[in-house]
Amino acid sequence: MCGKTLYDKLWAEHVVRTDEDGTALLYIDRHLVHEVTSPQAFEGLRLAGRRPWRPHAALAMPDHNVPTVNREQGIEDPISRLQVETLDENCRTFDIPEFSMTDPRQGIVHVVGPEEGATLPGMTVVCGDSHTSTHGAFGALAFGIGTSEVEHVLATQCLIQKKSKNMRVRVEGKAGTGVTAKDIALAIIGEIGTAGGTGYVIEFAGEAIRDLSMEGRMTLCNMTIEAGARAGLVAVDDKTLEYVRGRPFAPREDLWEQAVAAWRELHSDADAVFDREVVLDAAAIVPQVTWGTSPEMVAPVTGRVPDPSAEPIEVKAEGMRRALAYMGLEAGTPITEIAVDKVFIGSCTNSRIEDLRAAAAVIKGRRKADNVRQVLVVPGSGLVRRQAEAEGLDRIFIDAGFEWREPGCSMCLAMNADRLEPGERCASTSNRNFEGRQGPGGRTHLVSPEMAAAAAIAGHFVDVRAF
Amino acid sequence: MQAFNTFTGIVCPLDRANVDTDAIIPKQFLKSIKRTGFGPNLFDEWRYLDHGEPGQDCSQRPLNPDFALNDPRYQGAQILLARENFGCGSSREHAPWALADYGFRVIIAPSFADIFYNNCFKNGLLPIVLDAETVDALFGKAGGREALEITVDLAAQTLTLADGTVIPFDVDPFRKQCLLEGLDDIGLTLRHTDDIKAYEARRRREAPWLFQER
Ligand code: SF4
Repeated sequence: MCGKTLYDKLWAEHVVRTDEDGTALLYIDRHLVHEVTSPQAFEGLRLAGRRPWRPHAALAMPDHNVPTVNREQGIEDPISRLQVETLDENCRTFDIPEFSMTDPRQGIVHVVGPEEGATLPGMTVVCGDSHTSTHGAFGALAFGIGTSEVEHVLATQCLIQKKSKNMRVRVEGKAGTGVTAKDIALAIIGEIGTAGGTGYVIEFAGEAIRDLSMEGRMTLCNMTIEAGARAGLVAVDDKTLEYVRGRPFAPREDLWEQAVAAWRELHSDADAVFDREVVLDAAAIVPQVTWGTSPEMVAPVTGRVPDPSAEPIEVKAEGMRRALAYMGLEAGTPITEIAVDKVFIGSCTNSRIEDLRAAAAVIKGRRKADNVRQVLVVPGSGLVRRQAEAEGLDRIFIDAGFEWREPGCSMCLAMNADRLEPGERCASTSNRNFEGRQGPGGRTHLVSPEMAAAAAIAGHFVDVRAF
Repeated sequence: MQAFNTFTGIVCPLDRANVDTDAIIPKQFLKSIKRTGFGPNLFDEWRYLDHGEPGQDCSQRPLNPDFALNDPRYQGAQILLARENFGCGSSREHAPWALADYGFRVIIAPSFADIFYNNCFKNGLLPIVLDAETVDALFGKAGGREALEITVDLAAQTLTLADGTVIPFDVDPFRKQCLLEGLDDIGLTLRHTDDIKAYEARRRREAPWLFQER
C-alpha cells in the first residue's frame, strides 16, 4: 500500500459521511465571510427559518467595497454602503463574529484570517471567494465557494463535495535574490497554464518552497486558483508553527502542545503517489511580468513581448493577438521598455508586512517618475498598516510620492473608487490581469512588490536585480 | 422549501427559443442583496416599454401589451410554456429566484440549459421536458380564447388537461423526492444531523483546539 498525500490526510479527517457514488459530506472548521457573496445566503437562512449551525466557526469582515481614504465619513456609493451595512446587520442577527469597517483588525479576509490565527494548520477553510486558496499555505484545505454553498455551510457546517486529484509541483534548488514567491507563482502558471491545475489540488514542495516565508507561501497558494486548481497546499514545518504561535485565535499552553503534535503529521508520506508531478528549477526563474490578459501570458523581465506569428496553434495565436491589442503592445518590445501610468501595491496576494518592507527597501530615498500618475500602497489589514507605520514604512512611501491608504481590496478589482481609467497601464501586485479587472479598459501587468516599486521609480519595468 | 403538491394552474405561453438568464432577469437587478423581490422585474425588457432600473415602482411603468405575461388571459399563471434551450447563459441563481418569486411553479419546454435546470430544483421549481411535438400542441391550446388549465401531479408524473388528455413526464427520482418533501440541498444535509453531531463529538476529543469558542 502506498502512503497518503497531505490532501488525502486532510480530506479523510473531514469526511462526515460518503455516498455510494463518492459524494462526501465534508466538515468545515472555519468559514470566512465578506459582504459581497453573503447577503443572499443570510436571506436564505431567514426565509427557511434556519440558524447558523456553529456561528463562532465563522469570521466576517467587509473588504471588497470599503473605501481606502476618509473612511470615517462612511461609504459614498449607495450600493457598496448597503452591502457593508447588510453584513453588519446579518452578523448581529445571527451572532457571527465580525471585524467591522472601523475595527483596527479589519482588512482583506485572506490577510486577516492567518494574521489572527483564525486559519490553523489541518483546518478546512472556506469563503465565498476564489482566493481562499491562500490559506493552504498553513497545511489547511482551503477553497472558494458560491453563494448557495455559503448558505449551506452556515446552516450545516458542511459542504457536499467530491474529491479532487493530487498534483505536486516541486520547485527545486535555490531562487536567486530579487526572485520572490510571486515570480515563482507566475513562472509555475506560465509553465502549466491557467487550466493546468483543473481537477487537482496542488501541493507545492521542494527546497525553494521550504525556503519561502509564510507570507511567501501565502502569495504562492493565493495564485493557485489562477492555475485552475481550487486549492494549493504547503506542508507544515517549523516556520508554520512559529507564525501561528501566540496569534489571538491560536490554541495556548496544553492545547498548543497537543495541536503541534497533530500538525507535525501534516505532510505527504515519503511513498505517497501523485496523479501528476511537475518540477521546476528555482535557479532558472527570473522576475516575471505578465504582458497579456491572462496570468499565463507572462514573460521574464529580461525578455520581450512575444510574437503571435511564432505561435503554431492558431487559436492561441488569435488569443495573443487579441490580448496585445487590448494591452496596446507591439510584439517584440523589450519588457523593460513598457512604461506605466499607475502602480498598485496591495491585494490578498501581496499586501502583508513583508511585501511592504520589500517595496520600501527598493524605493528608500527615491521618488516616483514623473510619468507615473499615481502609486497606491494599500495594506492588507489594519494591523499590517499599524506595523508598517511603526517601522516608518509609510514615510518612505509618502516621501517617494506614493499614496498610503487604509486596508481593503481596493484597485485589485475596482469595486470601490480606486480604479484605472480606460487605456491606463498599471504595474500591479494583485492576481488577475483580466480585461477590465482594475477598471473598464484598464491594462494590468502582474508583478512582485519589488518589481512594482521599482517600476514606479523608473517609470517603466526594470529588472529589480540590477536596480 | 415548500413541499410540491398536486395543483391546477393556468399556462402562460412564451413563444421564443433560447431565452437566456439575462432576458429572464436583466443584469442591473443582480446588484441586489436579496433573493426575493425579483418577480416584478421578471422578463423586464420584454414586459415593459421603458428601461428598468432597480428600485422603481413597477406598477407605474408602461406595459408592453404584446407580451404574454401582460395578457389578461394569463394573469395568475403558475405554469410557463417555453421553447428550446430555456435558461441558457449565466449560472447565477437569480433567474429561478425571479421565476419563483413571480409565482411560477412549473416550466415546460423541449429542452433546458443544464445549470438552470439544476438550479430550478434547488429553488422549488419543476422543469418538465416534453418532446417538441407535444409542446407545439400545447402552444396551440394555450393560445385559445380561454386560458389553458393543467393539473400537475408530480407523484404520478402526469399533466392532465381540462379535456381529460393525460401527458406523462420524466423526472429524476431523487429530485422528485426532494420536491415532494420540500427538501433543498440544505434540508437533505440536515437529514444527516446525527452524523454531523457524531463527527463533531469525535473531533472535539481528537482536536479540541478546533472548538475553542471565543
Ligand atoms: S484582494 Fe482582490 S483577489 Fe483578494 S479577495 Fe480582494 S478582490 Fe479578491
